[in-house]
Amino acid sequence: MWKFILRRLLVMIPQLFLLSIIVFMMAKAMPGDALSGQEINPRANPAELDRIREELGLNDPWYQQYIRWASNAVQGDFGVSYTHKTPVMDVIEDRLWNTVFLALVTLIFTYMLAIPLGILSGRYNDTWVDKTVTGYSYLGFGTPIFIFALIMLFVFGFALDWFPSGGSVDSKVDEGTFAYVVSKINHLILPALSTALIATTSTIQYLRNEIIDNKIKDFVRTARSKGVPESKVYSRHILRNSFLPIAAFLGYEITGLIGGAVIIETIFSYPGLGQLFLSSVSLRDFSVVTAIVMMTGFATLLGTLLSDIILSAVDPRIRIE
Amino acid sequence: MEMKVETGKNIQVNDVSPSGIKIIWQEIKKDKLAMGSLIILAAILLFVYGASFFMDAKEIAKVDFLSIYLEPSSDYWLGTDYGGRDVFGQLIIGTRNSFTISLFITLFTAIIGLSLGLLAGYFGGATDNVIMRVIDFVIALPQLMFIIVVVTIVPIFNVYVFILIMTMFLWTGKARLIRSKALSERELDYIHASQTLGTPHWKIILFQLLPNVSSLIIVNFILNLAGNIGLESSLTFLGFGLPESTPSLGTLISYARNPDVLENKWWIWVPASLMILVLMLSINFVGQALKRAADARQRRG
Repeated sequence: MWKFILRRLLVMIPQLFLLSIIVFMMAKAMPGDALSGQEINPRANPAELDRIREELGLNDPWYQQYIRWASNAVQGDFGVSYTHKTPVMDVIEDRLWNTVFLALVTLIFTYMLAIPLGILSGRYNDTWVDKTVTGYSYLGFGTPIFIFALIMLFVFGFALDWFPSGGSVDSKVDEGTFAYVVSKINHLILPALSTALIATTSTIQYLRNEIIDNKIKDFVRTARSKGVPESKVYSRHILRNSFLPIAAFLGYEITGLIGGAVIIETIFSYPGLGQLFLSSVSLRDFSVVTAIVMMTGFATLLGTLLSDIILSAVDPRIRIE
Repeated sequence: MEMKVETGKNIQVNDVSPSGIKIIWQEIKKDKLAMGSLIILAAILLFVYGASFFMDAKEIAKVDFLSIYLEPSSDYWLGTDYGGRDVFGQLIIGTRNSFTISLFITLFTAIIGLSLGLLAGYFGGATDNVIMRVIDFVIALPQLMFIIVVVTIVPIFNVYVFILIMTMFLWTGKARLIRSKALSERELDYIHASQTLGTPHWKIILFQLLPNVSSLIIVNFILNLAGNIGLESSLTFLGFGLPESTPSLGTLISYARNPDVLENKWWIWVPASLMILVLMLSINFVGQALKRAADARQRRG
């Protein structure tokens, strides 16, 4: 087990290295350089600018620049934002927490839906319950999140006016009060629910198929013939074996949420990393873009790592010695 | 010896021919939902491609400030947008563009995924290792963000470049799927037999391995096509997909990012959203039916 984790971690090192090189190359290919982020005299003459560039090391060969950028990035220094005129990390921090909260609530909703529906559908397969749930999952497979989110926003945000249609918190409430927390949660529900209702369908189907596969296995028949009551056959024998692979998909689920954040946050104008990413791309604020891409890239690598480790813990066949 | 090789070939030909499109067609005919979806899909595509043939794209894209945000009427079946352009015309052109472009993206990713997947699966060993490490890396990237960044930094951006960028990031899932199938397939007797007889590798891959992964490829192609329509329109919706000269379904829906349009001017974004839903769902239903069919056959033997 430890051997596998170690191996898997070793694989991540070249991946991270490659990721950082690609992100750095992208940053270099973007118009503008670190100078655009500095407060400089707009009337500075070209010779003056060249001198500053030389001082900042922007004329050095690319690998020297890369090493400098990477060592700063490891210490959490991604330079200065062009539009906000503050260090990139300060701009990102609040947004990062908003995205983390949103992802967390979405995950909770996803599993709250997937687990009961998957169990019902798997336990009573080929009944009308199963057919309804399966029908819902097929609809979910074929619906892109952005359209579903727009419809949800239109219905519950505007037409019925049950939920706020944008932002992450009501501007009138003070930070630290109970009303503040309520308002935050209230703003989270609609975007989280929109994502979860679509994202949950693959987990439902997966859980259903796992249960159906396990139902006919020998250990279940043994348990039944021993006289174990039916409810215990499910809770102790079938479900326990069916949940493990589902747990392993947690990492991939997180990876998917990070990717989907760009779309969902834009639709609900929720001030998270995804929305910051898009607005920074539009404003050509490339130091922020680079930092976000690097951070989400790192997070997705971690998500896959997490899933691989859980999977190997659950299923020893995957572990290659 | 000669005789044996001959009969071997004959048996093979007889085995391969019925497992192709014919069986798939029979499976679809049995599934009412899939058959209905196929008919709806065919009707929409025929209408859209036919109608767009008679439409003047330039006329539709012309801004007319005298007819901004008109509600649906007999002149404008689905009203007009903020530039006074006919929404119905844009819907037809947009559907055509979205479908064509997604089809090409799916085709190119299929070609790359298929070739690399077959190579990795058939040869295994070092080839497999190298290809798989590349796949593992690309698959773990936050693709949406990378596509958006690449779209912003490329110096020339048009439809062809867009297809290229999408292909660059989307071939990996397919390659991994086909590789795992090829990996198990190459352990089977028919491949070993051909190898023993001295059949060159390329012949085994093209004429024996490929037909045996064909059902997987077709199912995956169809499901991916639906996914790519969603992805293309999502990107266009965000403003990083098709250039403005080539309107897609996502372009119409992107007007709904303006809360006023979303709340009060349904005729601009609802038809395009419904079109995407109908396209994606019907393609998916056909694909799912095929997937079930392919699975059942595998189980039966």
